[in-house]
Amino acid sequence: MRREGSPWQGVGTVFVKELSDHVSSIRMVVLELLTFIVGCVVVYFSIAYIRDNVPEDPFVLLKLFTSSQSTVVSLLGILSFLIPLMAIALGFDAINGEHNRRTMSRILSQPIYRDALLMGKFLAGLATLGICLVCLWLLVVGLGIYFLGIPPSPEEVARSLTFLVITLAYAGTWLAFAIFLSIVTRSAATAVLVALGVWLFLTLLWPLIAPGIAATIAPPDPRYTLLGLQTPETFEWAQMLRRVSPSYLFVEAATTLLSPDTRALGAVFVEQLQGAVPGAPLPLSESLAIVWPQAVALIGGVFVLFVGGYVVFQRQEVRA
Amino acid sequence: MNAPVITARGLTKRYGTATAVDAVDFDVAKGEIFGLLGPNGAGKTTTILMMLGLTEVTAGTIEVLGHDPVRDPLAVKRRVGYLPDQVGFYDTLTAEDNLAYSARLMGIAPRECGARIDEALARVRLADVARKKVRTFSRGMRQRLGLAEIVMKRAEIAILDEPTSGLDPQATIEFLEMIESLKRVGVSVLLSSHMLDQVQRVCDRVALFQRGRIVLMGPVAALARQVLGAGFVVEVEADSATDLDARLGAIPGVSSVKRVGGDRYRLIADRDVRPDAARAVVAANGALRRLSVDDPSLETIYSRFFQQQTSPGEGARDAA
Repeated sequence: MRREGSPWQGVGTVFVKELSDHVSSIRMVVLELLTFIVGCVVVYFSIAYIRDNVPEDPFVLLKLFTSSQSTVVSLLGILSFLIPLMAIALGFDAINGEHNRRTMSRILSQPIYRDALLMGKFLAGLATLGICLVCLWLLVVGLGIYFLGIPPSPEEVARSLTFLVITLAYAGTWLAFAIFLSIVTRSAATAVLVALGVWLFLTLLWPLIAPGIAATIAPPDPRYTLLGLQTPETFEWAQMLRRVSPSYLFVEAATTLLSPDTRALGAVFVEQLQGAVPGAPLPLSESLAIVWPQAVALIGGVFVLFVGGYVVFQRQEVRA
Repeated sequence: MNAPVITARGLTKRYGTATAVDAVDFDVAKGEIFGLLGPNGAGKTTTILMMLGLTEVTAGTIEVLGHDPVRDPLAVKRRVGYLPDQVGFYDTLTAEDNLAYSARLMGIAPRECGARIDEALARVRLADVARKKVRTFSRGMRQRLGLAEIVMKRAEIAILDEPTSGLDPQATIEFLEMIESLKRVGVSVLLSSHMLDQVQRVCDRVALFQRGRIVLMGPVAALARQVLGAGFVVEVEADSATDLDARLGAIPGVSSVKRVGGDRYRLIADRDVRPDAARAVVAANGALRRLSVDDPSLETIYSRFFQQQTSPGEGARDAA
């Protein structure tokens, strides 16, 4: 049976309301401050590092995102860690919060479909994350121009903007996951604990576990081990398993975009490097070709998680 | 009776094997206050949610203002106002802002919003707290704010789910007056409750739910005749009277006398036989302790009806 009327009706209203809630909420202010301070500190140290250690590089500005000293993690590393936290903070009580406040049935008795509520909330969360990331991007680039005194080249701008898009997809994956949890659990506390648990597992534990699993699936060949080399099959399995974690995908994609001399992700045989000029940058289109699978996986993750939540939400009882 | 605004035929809702609403038929006429009564879990709220298209209908049909809520819920929800059981609002927003959000979801033109919100808040006597955060509101005020939303919507049908549960007596009386004022402006009201005396005060017709079925339906007076039998129930309590049964039975108009424990008698008569009963007690040398007449209250109808259900033999005699 077809229902009548547009599922988009009310999306804009929900979006504006949720966005204003997010922007003015304490938890968002705290996270924004955190991002801002971390951004400033990290960029300050990378600028100092770049001044001392990078005499000449066509992509100095991009180094701001990736360079790291032994004492301070790179901005990229911090982002891969902080973004899930922000996304979870924005999404964990999206739907169950409405149930718990008992506003759900009242809002759904207005002439809108559930689609509008879910879509509006997701887009508002994504927009909030987008605003934060754009601000951070402007901050980093601005500080870089100011302290390094080098104007960005068009390619640097293009690369860092593409990086911004990938970062947003990464944030969207975690946001969709948090909203999915807010749909399937009735308590916000459960949702946030599960989300943080999965986040910690995927970012901290999974990279340690994955090689072990890979070694059981494809046991290392003793001949390679004797030579002190990794067995290619085991290495590939380990890498594929690590890619289950969105943060690994994100770091792979971001590194490729921000360091133009990245030629391949994964194992490379010596003969493949024949004729390559070491350290020579790739054009943007080549870098994009390398990260295409990662980008598709991240964006696909957003859609799969969102659709999963959507299906559950449509069938859910309104009654609390 | 005016043309019906809500028509249900064979309306059924099953959750797995459990039947929440079982082939219910009813009509609600334009401008009447219709009460859905019954114990918790009898299917009242489920029936309401089906009217609004907020839960799927398993079988049967329902039509609200000529629309099918299954196919075209937006058209129904544009014209019907719903006050859920224990309505919730966004605590961090003011009363006005909460209504403004609903108004935008309803699609009210922005320049009309302000006037309609003020008017609605004045109608439910919340104008002086319009700019206060809802967090500070009492249960009764929240309930009234929910009613303001319906007023603002200019709904043709108001569906109120347990609107007075949890209110203090004063707030209940005020709220019932507001419901009656809705009726005066031509709004049809559908009210669900288990507070029988209140329903009796305001409802034109009631439907009694039991385990998903409507077991009784009609105006309160007609139900009283149907369940309690025609006329008045007089209770007499008297000590040391001799042969009181026979004397009471001999009073003209009394159709039955029943001893209900100790020295208490219950008479069923076609008129108020209290004076005659008093004379009969005196004539029997009894000491009259109590003499009362039951108004045909819904409470009595309700408890008597369920009594009849559990012990048909005794009930039949009572109702005779």
